[in-house]
Amino acid sequence: MLKTSAPEFDPAAAAVPARWQDYVQLLKPRVMSLVVFTAVTGLFCANVPLNPVLAATAVLCIAVGAGAAGALNMWFDADIDAVMRRTRGRPVPAGRVQAADAAALGIGLSLASVGLMGLAVNLLAAGLLAFTIFFYAVVYTMWLKRKTPQNIVIGGLAGALPPAVGWAAASGTAPLNAWLLVAIIFFWTPPHFWALSLTMGDDYERAGVPMLPVTAGEAATRRQILIYSLILVPLAIVPAFTGLGGPVYLAVAALGGVGFLALATRLLTRAERAEAKRLFGFSILYLFLLFAALLGEHLFGVRALNL
Amino acid sequence: MSDPKDEDAAARKARNGRNIALFVGLLAFVILIFIVTIARLSGNAASTGF
Repeated sequence: MLKTSAPEFDPAAAAVPARWQDYVQLLKPRVMSLVVFTAVTGLFCANVPLNPVLAATAVLCIAVGAGAAGALNMWFDADIDAVMRRTRGRPVPAGRVQAADAAALGIGLSLASVGLMGLAVNLLAAGLLAFTIFFYAVVYTMWLKRKTPQNIVIGGLAGALPPAVGWAAASGTAPLNAWLLVAIIFFWTPPHFWALSLTMGDDYERAGVPMLPVTAGEAATRRQILIYSLILVPLAIVPAFTGLGGPVYLAVAALGGVGFLALATRLLTRAERAEAKRLFGFSILYLFLLFAALLGEHLFGVRALNL
Repeated sequence: MSDPKDEDAAARKARNGRNIALFVGLLAFVILIFIVTIARLSGNAASTGF
C-alpha cells in the first residue's frame, strides 16, 4: 500500500523566513547538474540536426523535471532527512520551508516541465520525463526507500533515464543505444550509492531506512558492490561495439573500468571507511568521464569504432 | 532574544527576495514560451511549402 500523505514531521523552528535560495536548494542543484550532463550526452548521441532553441528547451525541461522530483523527495522524506547528518540542513527539516510548499513546488514544476516538453519538443520525451519523475518521487521515495534494501537498485532507474529522455527529445525515438546508456547508469548506481552509505555510519539505521549495510551488514554490502562493479565495467565497454563510442570512449571505459574494479576489490579486502569514500569519489569521476568522452566524440565528430 | 524589529526587517528582506525571484522566473517562462512558439511556427511553416 502506498501512503497518501507525508510522514509525520515536526520542524524544529518554523519561524526562520524562507529565502529564494532555499527553494533553489529544494531542486537538488548538484543532482540536477549530473542529470543535465547525461541528458545532453543522450541528446547529442542521437546524431540528429537540432534546432538550438528547442534543444535548449528540452534540456531545461529535463533539468526542471529533475528539480521537481528532488522537491517532492524533500517533501516526503523530511522526517528521514531530519535525523541524518548528511541531510538535516535541507530546507524542510531545517524549518526554513514548509513541507506543503515543497510539495506544491514539486507538483507545479513537474506539470510545467512535462507540459512544455510535450508541446515544444515531442510526446515521447515528455512521456519519458513524466515516467522518470513518477519513478523517483513515487516508486523510489514513497514506496521502495522505506520498504526494501533493493530500494536504490530499482529506484536507480529514475536517475538512469535522463540519457533516454535526451535522445528521445532529439530524435523522437529511443533506440537500443539510448537504453545502453540507461543500463550503464543503472548498474553504476548501486556500487556508487552503497559506497556512500558505507561512509555514513549508523545514519540510515537511526532513520529506519533499510539500506543494504543496515539489513545485510557491511561485509555483504562490499560483496554486492563488487558484483555490480563486475557487471558495470564490461557493460560500459559495450558502446564501443555498437556504433556509439569511439577510441577515446573505449580508452576511458577500459582504463576507468580497471580502476573501478581495483577500488571495489580493495574495499572488499580492506574494510575501511576511507576505502569506501575513495570508491565513491572515483565512481563519480568514472561516470563523468564516460559521458564526457561520448559527448566530446559526438561534438567533435570523432567516428564511432566499427569493431 | 533578538529585537523583533530586526526580525521584521529580515523577514521583509527575505520576502522581497522571494518576490523578485518569482518575477524573474515568470518573466523568463513567458519569454521562453514566446521563443519556443516562434521556433515551432517557423519550423512548421518551412515544412508546409508556402
